[in-house]
Amino acid sequence: MSILINKDTRLLVQGITGHEGNFHSEHMRFYGTNIVAGVTPGKGGEWVLDGKVPVFDSVHTAVEVTGANTSVIFVPAMFAGDAILEAADSDIPLIVCITEGVPVKEMLQIKEAIKHKDVRLIGPNSPGIITPPTTKVGIIPGSITMPGSVGVVSRSGTLTYEVVYALKQKGIGTSTCVGIGGDPIVGSNFIEILSHFEGDSQTEVVVMIGEIGGQDEEKAAAYIANNMTKPVIGFVAGQAAPPNKRMGHAGAIIEGGVGTAEAKIKALKNAGIQVANYPEEIPKIIQKL
Amino acid sequence: MRLHEYQSKKIFSEHNIPIPRGRLASSQEEAKLIADELNQPVVLKAQVLVGGRGKAGGIRLVKSPNEAGDEASKILGSTIKGIPVRRLLVEEAVSIQQEIYLGVTIDRGSGSSVLIASGEGGVDIEEIAKTAPGKIARIMVNPLLGLRDYQCRNLATEIEVPRALWRLFISVTQGLFKSYQDLDATLAEINPLVITTNGRLIALDGKMIIDDNALFRHPDLIEKRDISAEEPEEIEARKFCLEYIKLSGNIGCLVNGAGLAMATMDIIKHNGGEPANFLDIGGGASAEKVSAALRIILQDPQVKTVLINIFGGITRCDEVATGIKNTLEKFTTNIPFVIRLVGTNEKSGREILATANLETAETLQEAAKMAVNYSLEHGS
Repeated sequence: MSILINKDTRLLVQGITGHEGNFHSEHMRFYGTNIVAGVTPGKGGEWVLDGKVPVFDSVHTAVEVTGANTSVIFVPAMFAGDAILEAADSDIPLIVCITEGVPVKEMLQIKEAIKHKDVRLIGPNSPGIITPPTTKVGIIPGSITMPGSVGVVSRSGTLTYEVVYALKQKGIGTSTCVGIGGDPIVGSNFIEILSHFEGDSQTEVVVMIGEIGGQDEEKAAAYIANNMTKPVIGFVAGQAAPPNKRMGHAGAIIEGGVGTAEAKIKALKNAGIQVANYPEEIPKIIQKL
Repeated sequence: MRLHEYQSKKIFSEHNIPIPRGRLASSQEEAKLIADELNQPVVLKAQVLVGGRGKAGGIRLVKSPNEAGDEASKILGSTIKGIPVRRLLVEEAVSIQQEIYLGVTIDRGSGSSVLIASGEGGVDIEEIAKTAPGKIARIMVNPLLGLRDYQCRNLATEIEVPRALWRLFISVTQGLFKSYQDLDATLAEINPLVITTNGRLIALDGKMIIDDNALFRHPDLIEKRDISAEEPEEIEARKFCLEYIKLSGNIGCLVNGAGLAMATMDIIKHNGGEPANFLDIGGGASAEKVSAALRIILQDPQVKTVLINIFGGITRCDEVATGIKNTLEKFTTNIPFVIRLVGTNEKSGREILATANLETAETLQEAAKMAVNYSLEHGS
């Protein structure tokens, strides 16, 4: 098996008629993902992707008609919060928000609002999820992965690509790769994804890619030490980053001495987790396990 | 985006938080005039977006309008930690009985906002947090319910605000929280909030940081952005929607994606080199954007080597290669380049670079080693 997405995924694309949404929908379908519907308010009734995928005005109708069980969001930042809530309101069990730049306060409210619902939110500012060789939800290039037994979870985008590509170069495949997003407040943190990997029969090793900012890596370290039987390899980006300078993502900042790479690496090592110095060292460590 | 003290205080004042009487001055004459109007000892405060301005001589207490003028002329035009002082806040001096710290920010761990208060304000709150964590009170605020009065009362009790001042304290705390909410701030802080000798509460200082992602809701604030504390390259980079941060090393970096850009800086350090900058060209960058990024790097006189690391997804390697080639045709430089291109259209990207006699590295580790070696050869 894999985690979160697989051959049974029936994908709904929110913002399917937009430039990004359309481009990536084509790539997702080409990879093998079963896209069953799109939503763009005001464009209901149109057909896209060579006339094979119906567009609906609302998520509610799209789900009712097509039985979509996963949604991916490509709408602009100022509408993304609304799109997440609309999907959650239709009880879609998995929502993946690719959109970057959602205001942090809006995310606080959304997270609180969906807390008691049976909904898993990934992102925002996430590259998505990929389960090689057939299913991807988001923008991770399909060609850089191959199927295998390593689960990957990351706060980053292209750095994640670098890691799964480095694995593939050494003949190591991925069970599922999940980008949880680089923002300070995201729907799912490391721990939630790690617990999925722990319970997944296909996954034998987990790679966790963190970066500066917040304390999610520290919490994950404690979780791994107490709850995981599978080996975890860690990597933390931002050792050379100065404090109080935001490194691209809204979340990647060392504030008030909290969130340094040094502290995170120390916490991981103290929990018995091997930490790689650079991405290409990760396959070397896995080969020695 | 950080707001100046005077901007933050204006917002606080609009939310019923008492602030000292006073105004902004940009000349000696204005400072003197305001001091004359206030007709009492005043405080001159340099409006610069750097910490530790008091210790650096940016805050002065003066007794007369003439003295205000003299001191203003000294501070205006001086620099504080490299930042030129263009404006002063001239305010009535307040007799202080107690200084309180009051702030609200995002707590990533709990996924809520957190109000933080201490009866020992005025100094670095992070220092108190380290040395006397028991003197700091925290209240989590539910994102949907907002701040309730009983929570403010609990905070007042915990930091021992006199009961007679509770009503005022609740009003100030609610005002601060509303400022933070209305302006989409990630931080709003009053330090110190003073209890005056005649039993009033006044916000003596103010600080706000606005969520850049929410600036689309506050177009009026974008115009007020103060860029005097930023490096010229950083301002230039923002024009092209590039994320650039100047660092102290000599290896210029051009990377797509923030995480990968950080990892590239790290691997340079791991190999014994020092990055000259953080630069993220984002996703799907055009050749023009790559050229702009490269020009910014090459304009930094400290740069002795350039390391370009591109992992193409949405970003196309041929587009990046074209940007590099175009820049080098116009910009003669003998600085060595190390280029690594992987992913979308990698092959045609390498072909374009070959026509410009540029070599490419296979792995990130190999690229970093090469760049560090060049920087050591050319750095001395």
